[in-house]
Amino acid sequence: MSVLHIAILSPFLFAIIVPYIYKRLRQIHTGWFVLLLPIILFIYFLQFLPQVKEGEGIVQSVSWIPSLNVDFTAKIDGLGLLFALLITGIGSLVVLYSIYYLSKDQEQLNAFYVYLLLFLGAMLGVVLSDNLIVLYTFWEFTSFSSFFLIGYWHHRERSRYGAQKSMLITVFGGLSLLGGIILLYIMTGTFSIQEMVANTSTIINHPLFLPAMIFILLGAFSKSAQFPFYIWLPDAMEAPTPVSAYLHSATMVKAGIYLVARMTPIFAYDANGYWVWLVGGVGIFTLFWGSFNAIKQTDLKGILAYSTVSQLGLIMSLLGVGAGAVHFGNDNQLFIVATIAAVFHLINHATFKGSLFMVAGIIDHETGTRDIRRLGGLMTIMPVSFTIAFIGTFSMAGIPPFNGFLSKEMFFTGMLRVVKMDIFRFDSIGFLFPVIAWIGSVFTFVYSMILLWKTFGGQVQREKLPKTPHEAPFGMLISPVILASLVVIFGFFPNILSDRIIAPAVETIMPMFAIDEIHISHWHGFQPELYMTIGVIIIGILLYLTLGKWTRIYQLFPNKLTLNQLYDVLLPSLETGSNMFIRTHMTGYIRTYLAYIFTFFIAILSFTMWSKHAFHFESTNLADIGLYEVLLFLAVIIGTVTILASKSRLTSIIALGAVGYAVSLFFVLFRAPDLALTQLVIETISVALFLLCFYFLPRNFHLEKTRFKLTNALISVGVGLVVTLIAISSYSTKLFPSISQYYVDHTYDPAGGENMVNVILVDFRGFDTLFEISVLAIAGLGVYGLIKLRLARRKEG
Amino acid sequence: MELLMAILIGFLFASATYLLLSKSILRMIIGTGLLSHGAHLLILTMGGLKKGAVPIVNGDGTPVTDPLPQALILTAIVISFGVTALFLVLAYRGYQELGTDNMDELRGTDGNE
Amino acid sequence: MRSGDLILQTMSKVVFFIIILFSIHLFFEGHYRPGGGFVGGLMTSGAIILLLLAYDIKTVKKIIPFDFKWLIAVGLFISVVTAGGSLLFNVPFFTHVHDYFNIPLLGKTSLHTAALFDLGVFFVVVGVTLTIIQTIGESE
Repeated sequence: MSVLHIAILSPFLFAIIVPYIYKRLRQIHTGWFVLLLPIILFIYFLQFLPQVKEGEGIVQSVSWIPSLNVDFTAKIDGLGLLFALLITGIGSLVVLYSIYYLSKDQEQLNAFYVYLLLFLGAMLGVVLSDNLIVLYTFWEFTSFSSFFLIGYWHHRERSRYGAQKSMLITVFGGLSLLGGIILLYIMTGTFSIQEMVANTSTIINHPLFLPAMIFILLGAFSKSAQFPFYIWLPDAMEAPTPVSAYLHSATMVKAGIYLVARMTPIFAYDANGYWVWLVGGVGIFTLFWGSFNAIKQTDLKGILAYSTVSQLGLIMSLLGVGAGAVHFGNDNQLFIVATIAAVFHLINHATFKGSLFMVAGIIDHETGTRDIRRLGGLMTIMPVSFTIAFIGTFSMAGIPPFNGFLSKEMFFTGMLRVVKMDIFRFDSIGFLFPVIAWIGSVFTFVYSMILLWKTFGGQVQREKLPKTPHEAPFGMLISPVILASLVVIFGFFPNILSDRIIAPAVETIMPMFAIDEIHISHWHGFQPELYMTIGVIIIGILLYLTLGKWTRIYQLFPNKLTLNQLYDVLLPSLETGSNMFIRTHMTGYIRTYLAYIFTFFIAILSFTMWSKHAFHFESTNLADIGLYEVLLFLAVIIGTVTILASKSRLTSIIALGAVGYAVSLFFVLFRAPDLALTQLVIETISVALFLLCFYFLPRNFHLEKTRFKLTNALISVGVGLVVTLIAISSYSTKLFPSISQYYVDHTYDPAGGENMVNVILVDFRGFDTLFEISVLAIAGLGVYGLIKLRLARRKEG
Repeated sequence: MELLMAILIGFLFASATYLLLSKSILRMIIGTGLLSHGAHLLILTMGGLKKGAVPIVNGDGTPVTDPLPQALILTAIVISFGVTALFLVLAYRGYQELGTDNMDELRGTDGNE
Repeated sequence: MRSGDLILQTMSKVVFFIIILFSIHLFFEGHYRPGGGFVGGLMTSGAIILLLLAYDIKTVKKIIPFDFKWLIAVGLFISVVTAGGSLLFNVPFFTHVHDYFNIPLLGKTSLHTAALFDLGVFFVVVGVTLTIIQTIGESE
């Protein structure tokens, strides 16, 4: 256990004490205590910056399941550190914001912060684990905590719906990721990412390469809300706004991005270009589709959700296209700009989208609605919020001088260079990348403007607002102001990031390149990128002004054909379908189930015996038959027939007792005195027990009329036959020498006993006996509980 | 003898199955009792019958019968007692609460899933 | 339940002690001759059940004034501690030891940790059997 491991696990540990803090210190908002942890972690991770910049990764390993090659290896490198800083940094701001957002008197703060801390720890685990199984474990943890947080207001129907949807989709992706991880393990024999990167050549030439890649990409795409899995993200907006800002915009949805970046050194060498086309293609289409759909949203958070989908697509496409660079070698670093842009935009998106979500939360909190049809004119009422929103939206739209502009320019550069790649047919149809990128950017510009001006511009419609709007309290503004300042700072001085954070991260994604100094500049001269940006702004303004005229095209898309509709239809029909299927054979009669069991018993055993030629009869070495044995045999048969034929319960029970005594006499004959004794006493007590039960049972506790049933009789005869055959074969077949001889030889020395059966029970096989008495104890307590705890009466009382 | 025992075991199993498939809960309990008798005898028969003296150290090297099946059966006898008792009480309490011992009337319905 | 059979009552007074003695004999014999915790325990329960049949539950409760549920717990505890105790001596779980001692009056006697384990079994068996019988008997 190193400090690093403790740092990763600390949120989990802290989560344990949160409920106590909440209970003991009700008058102080629990958030203040929770806030300490991400801040401490943020400072802790900051100290790694110089080391990582020098290219020294920090690796600490703890053995977890060594027999399966699973070690908890924590590794800090450029990419992991970037994410760790994002997670803890944004985490601190979000916790601070939530202190003002969630009232300490009305909300279940203990649950909220426990979930949030679980998420924080899980996310750190994802980005800092080198072992893929550990990564997967944490990955699923993020899905769970997201589920809980979306369903935080669980009394709302929409919250539960959104939580379930996100859970189903992301866990489906998680499962697929696990499949991919196992395939990778089959190929390389290791779960360690570092070792896989070292073995890239084995992986790319392996027949399982493509399936593994597709499985892993499914995991990443579903987590990062790429097309067609994006449908869960808009519904996840039912979560409290701090959660949306944190999980569903800044961090969790970027886990997929992280995974793709992490896997790039392994998969990018793919000689057929599947990786580049899949990641780049899905990303660029998601960019377009998300931005296109954002425009028709009327909920502030809905717009932000689709915008997040679209921006994630942007980063994804950059990563995909950037991966193409590896095919050109270290000398040709022309195409690596895409990867740099991806990392840079990742940071920028966290800043501007985080601040925008927080502003959306403020507006919701202070006016009572997030519907842009009811909002408007808040500019003068909420000037600070307006300023933050202004900075955020302009950055998102890619307008100078904010940081979004810089990364958008680099994005265009990356996409334009795609055309120059002369591999994988990029030279022929690669032109689609810059074209779609540009169209997507236009839509991005339009929805950014909608977001800003529909909320803050125009006239206030006070009669439509549930609350009287006013500026948010100071505390609530701190976090968004910090984020908005970062937008401006990164906009003016992007190079404070470039060498310290971006370059090490890019080096992790592209270890094959020696990255020269990265310099991000504002002015590139009159390049195509500049014309593209100008075009975006001009066309975007035109489209925004003529919004009412062209939004009719959305009606061309019928509602019945959306992916959401597919999900909504598929899920219930799956439920009813499986229900119907189960009802066809699950009748609810215990007899039916027993009949199934016995039929399968007959079928499977007789088939096995037939197919394996297992039946065997040895007529030699049989024990002789004495008179007593024949008499006992007849006694058992008569007793059993009496039970079968009897209509009186008393007769049946006495007959059962008789069979039992006969069996105990069999034990005597077969040289088993211990068994005989035990069986004798047990039989006595059992009969007493049966009779005791009868003493109290009502008179009409009847035996059924013994009507003969042919099916049952057939099944019974079948079972009897199969068991007889098994009994005959079992004593005739000796596949290996019995282990009993060991017990026979060791009973006196060293076990120190003479009665072998008893020594086996208490010594050689003491475990059996220990568990047996445990079972017995459970049965006894079960009887006690059944009689003493009358649940039904308690319900009435 | 082994052959005779095999037939007896088969008979016990068949009768037990028939009882288990019946409607009356008491007959089902008696069925489990018969089933355990059958199983005990089956285990004993597997090990071979009357292959030596009583499994107690005798000092003169006389072969003894296999003690292992006996130990297993001893465990099984006591467990089957516990299980039978639990079943009985379950039937008894079930009758008290639900007023029937007919398995067909104790069927789980679609309403209470 | 109430049974007023005078003959049964008088008989069981005597027979009870004989059965108990026999069951204790069975228990201690167990390691060498047929017997042991299971049979001994069952035999003891049988003796107490005889009392239950002859008298009624209240009388038996007066004679044996403790809760049989506790006996289950005590028995399990003894068994687990005996089995787990070997861990303290750095030998695998369930390792038994035995040796011979000269005890005044009894002479040379073997003492065996397996007997302790068997004692646990004895208690559990008695506890479970009587808990079952008693709860059913009380549930009128």
